[in-house]
Amino acid sequence: MNTTPLTEAHEALGARMTDFAGTRMPLQYPTGIAQEHIAVREAVGVFDVSHMAELRISGAGALELLRFALLNDAAKLRVGRAHYTMIPNDSGGLIDDAYLYHLREHDWLVVANAANRGAVAERLSSLASGRDAVEVRDVSDLWSLLAVQGPGAAVLLDRLIDADLTAVRKNDTLSAGFAASPVRLARTGYTGEDGFELFVRPADVVEVWNAVTAAGAVPCGLGARDSLRLEAGFPLFGHELGPASDPRCTPFGWVVKDKAFAGREAYGEASCARRLVGLRLLGRGIARQGYRVLKNGAHVGDVTSGTISPLTRDSIAFAWLDAELAEPGSEVAVEIRAQQVSATLVEPPFFRPDARVS
Amino acid sequence: MNIPETLRYARTHEWVSEPEGGVVTVGVSDFAQDQLGDVVFVELPSVGQTVAAEDAVAVVESVKTASDIYAPVSGTITEVNDALEQAPEAINEAPYQAGWLFRIEATDSAEREGLLDAAAYRAACEEES
Repeated sequence: MNTTPLTEAHEALGARMTDFAGTRMPLQYPTGIAQEHIAVREAVGVFDVSHMAELRISGAGALELLRFALLNDAAKLRVGRAHYTMIPNDSGGLIDDAYLYHLREHDWLVVANAANRGAVAERLSSLASGRDAVEVRDVSDLWSLLAVQGPGAAVLLDRLIDADLTAVRKNDTLSAGFAASPVRLARTGYTGEDGFELFVRPADVVEVWNAVTAAGAVPCGLGARDSLRLEAGFPLFGHELGPASDPRCTPFGWVVKDKAFAGREAYGEASCARRLVGLRLLGRGIARQGYRVLKNGAHVGDVTSGTISPLTRDSIAFAWLDAELAEPGSEVAVEIRAQQVSATLVEPPFFRPDARVS
Repeated sequence: MNIPETLRYARTHEWVSEPEGGVVTVGVSDFAQDQLGDVVFVELPSVGQTVAAEDAVAVVESVKTASDIYAPVSGTITEVNDALEQAPEAINEAPYQAGWLFRIEATDSAEREGLLDAAAYRAACEEES
């Protein structure tokens, strides 16, 4: 199994480790998932996400390739900006979701899920072959990645980074210095809070991690990463999205721009037998991937992710649901270990700032 | 790993107190609560319910997973810890005190003797981790 330069640091902190897409990653620290989640919502947390895949696309032909390979429109992404995107396959579904960063002219970075690194590299390379002036390189091993997230993230990093962070807007990306180390910074993240992602040389990441944690960022693992993204209404490939998912049948359909893209023929006209919806359970229980959604005893949907929000104690979930039932406010039942628990449809995100119990 | 000497343990990680007037208290061990993570829900048996040793009688649900809890001895449920409805985290914070789950009036005192003592349970946990 792969490790990251921070594996020893996580273990020294007493993290419970897990095998995540072939890399040994921290699931949680002794703090626990709930407290880590709360730290990100109320203060600042730091995640080692070095397992993610990074693909570098460069050359004068890179823009055309990216416009064709990705659903969101790379032509709208100016230098120094980043956006959420998806990679369609040839059968009307998806290879992955991803983030695209326009680093400098003719120089782009695609950050994709660790589990799909091979498939994404293969897709981009194969679409690039035969094209002039574009090169696709898998640079995943050349980068370590930290996410510093929470309302306190900007104040914390401002003391450590030489850039003026007040001038960095959400989705901006730039090169900066972190003490003696060059870093690429982006005001992006997967938690729904303000925050930054730091692309760091592997040789420098231990020092950056130590400086960030010494400054007060709470180490957070993959467990909190998942409960945060779910509460924020973000999908996870392999749960909400997959090889057969049409993004136009989800709340993320805005990613699909009206332009040519690889695999467009298989997409055809949007026709959604099922839609991806948010659920809030009205009774006790946690909805988990694979649980059935029922209406009057009929099987009308399937849960893709679920958790309890540590702050509101709401039990929330995503599910694919028969389209005619997919109206906010509609009531269904989730089958949890032979019990039917009522749930109501809600539009993500799932925050209810007025409902915080702590 | 906290494993009090006065208790007995099932391989399935339930602890059993010494009997008081024939009634034992049952909960899950420190090892179990650590494995489970933050507990969010508990489904307890009903007072008056008859249980046999190794019956699944309760469920402890954490963000990660739901775990069945097995009666470590046979008997009748005399009391359940209602406070866990509002404060399930007591199982994580004080698994041997405020986090107790239920009490059983045991029908066969020999069953408790057949469970693991602290040393044997510690060894069993080490094997598992």
